[in-house]
Amino acid sequence: MGITVEGASKRFGDFQALNDVSIEVPNGSLTALLGPSGSGKSTLLRAIAGLETLDGGRVLIDDEDVSKKPTQKREVGFVFQHYAAFKHMTVFENVAFGLKIRKMEKAKISARVHELLQLVQLDGLAERYPSQLSGGQRQRMALARALAVEPQVLLLDEPFGALDAKVRKDLRTWLRRLHDEMHVTTIFVTHDQEEAMDVAGQLVVMNEGRVEQSGTADELYEQPATEFVMSFVGEVNRLGEHFVRPHDMAVALDRDDGAEEAMVQRIVALGFEIRVEFVLGDGTEVWAQLTRAELQKLELREGQIVYLRPGQTKSFSGDVPPSQGQGASTPHGSRDGGDAEVSAAV
Amino acid sequence: MGASSNRHSRWGLRTLGLGYLTLLLLAPLVMIFYKTFEHGLAPPIEAITSSDGLHALKLTLLMVAIAVPLNTIFGVGCALLLVRHRRRGSAIIDAVINLPFAISPIVIGLSLFLLYGAHGWFGPALAEAGIEILFSVPGMVLASIFVSLPFVVRETVPVLQEIGTEQEQAASTLGANAWQTFWRITLPAIRWGVAYGVVLTTARVLGEFGAVTIVSGSISGKTQTLPLFVEKQFQNFNLPGAYGASVVLALLALTTLLAMNVLKRKEDA
Repeated sequence: MGITVEGASKRFGDFQALNDVSIEVPNGSLTALLGPSGSGKSTLLRAIAGLETLDGGRVLIDDEDVSKKPTQKREVGFVFQHYAAFKHMTVFENVAFGLKIRKMEKAKISARVHELLQLVQLDGLAERYPSQLSGGQRQRMALARALAVEPQVLLLDEPFGALDAKVRKDLRTWLRRLHDEMHVTTIFVTHDQEEAMDVAGQLVVMNEGRVEQSGTADELYEQPATEFVMSFVGEVNRLGEHFVRPHDMAVALDRDDGAEEAMVQRIVALGFEIRVEFVLGDGTEVWAQLTRAELQKLELREGQIVYLRPGQTKSFSGDVPPSQGQGASTPHGSRDGGDAEVSAAV
Repeated sequence: MGASSNRHSRWGLRTLGLGYLTLLLLAPLVMIFYKTFEHGLAPPIEAITSSDGLHALKLTLLMVAIAVPLNTIFGVGCALLLVRHRRRGSAIIDAVINLPFAISPIVIGLSLFLLYGAHGWFGPALAEAGIEILFSVPGMVLASIFVSLPFVVRETVPVLQEIGTEQEQAASTLGANAWQTFWRITLPAIRWGVAYGVVLTTARVLGEFGAVTIVSGSISGKTQTLPLFVEKQFQNFNLPGAYGASVVLALLALTTLLAMNVLKRKEDA
């Protein structure tokens, strides 16, 4: 069941949460809505579920306009960041809730609930109450509860946001596998670009109530359409008009034409990856991502003067011709410069 | 030394708190129980099992049976309105609900008297239709409802705010309509707030004196509730009767409180 949103707008008082947003989610896909807080991603998800009414625009599920349908008739599974567990019910009763509402026979309910609890690896905990479960277990229970009613689409609102890093990683691997098995059209909201890239096939990047760009993780990383996408999806250094990925910074010890003089400020070892922070002549701070081997070869130390040569740079302001990375050029922040250019400097 | 002075001050505070409660709350209660049974069980039992006494007891329970369910339904509905459907005008409703707390019960009684009396707005029309409000049960029920109205609302509002809307939203995504969501999700989640409100409402209705005195006329065997009966016995120097009825009232209130505690313990277990 594909999901289409056309021209969605939503205002909360003075705050424009959604500003003419249109997205297309293909049937059976796993799509991430990615953006910082306040970007409108959760509002969009809640509008698809009918938990928020739109001021303008419409929502189609499987080509049917559901904008006027109340939530309980939209057949969406929804998973909340803080689980929304029914606290006065056991795990079994939580998962059975939607089936009881649908007046399914008791024996069938029992069979279906146990099947789902097995799927989410909670079968031994059916008689526990939510307060006796860990965060990860509660979220798996919430997922089983949402899946029990065989929804047309599954919507997850920052589902792993309240969990610790280790559990979060396990759950997202598990969610991806679950999706591979069930093929239910799934949208999940996150502010974590790594999580979005790890789990989803398709990403929609949102900012300030608008869609900045949608595409696969590769497309967003390799061909970001806007400055926002470039800096939100992956790390970035800014050199005047130009943006360069930290792993695209070549560090040399000898003076070199077209390279930028810089002083090593700090060297941070993050396991295999080394983060070296520099300050340029004009005070601009940039950093480069090096491997351990590269660092050992260069024998960098703090305070040392080196020469930086950005590899691929990108500029989003169409009126300035691409040039070499120059820290001194005037900053020009245009967010919606449609014609992004890629230039290999020097 | 720090620890011991800390312990001293803790004991000091505890003694002060207990002393205060004993002097102001427990001593009068103990006194009335003592006075009631000073000459054995017979005098108070005789007083309370007199026909007027029994009638007063029945009437008091009738007040509870009518006013408490009505105020519970109204209270929960009103709390839902105030918390879940906040609109312009909610603040006014919120303030008006507190009126019975602020206004002296005797003033409430007087205002009902004026409204339903022979020269009041509603009095003449109702009298023509043959409906008696003053000096009869309907007026007493109105007074009881008025004075005990805020309790369920006030106890339910904070609990509703605390549970938030996510569970209700989750229920709606699972196919539950508003009615199903209320019965299966909201009500179970707020039940202890509501129960506490019900206990306070019951206690208030049981003990109501001022407003009911005015509208009932306190006619023995007809419009006399237990508190009015106590006062009448006291005025007539029938002290054993007054004490006996007081003890019955106190026991009713204590039973209500105990019932809630027992229910709650069962729930927690």
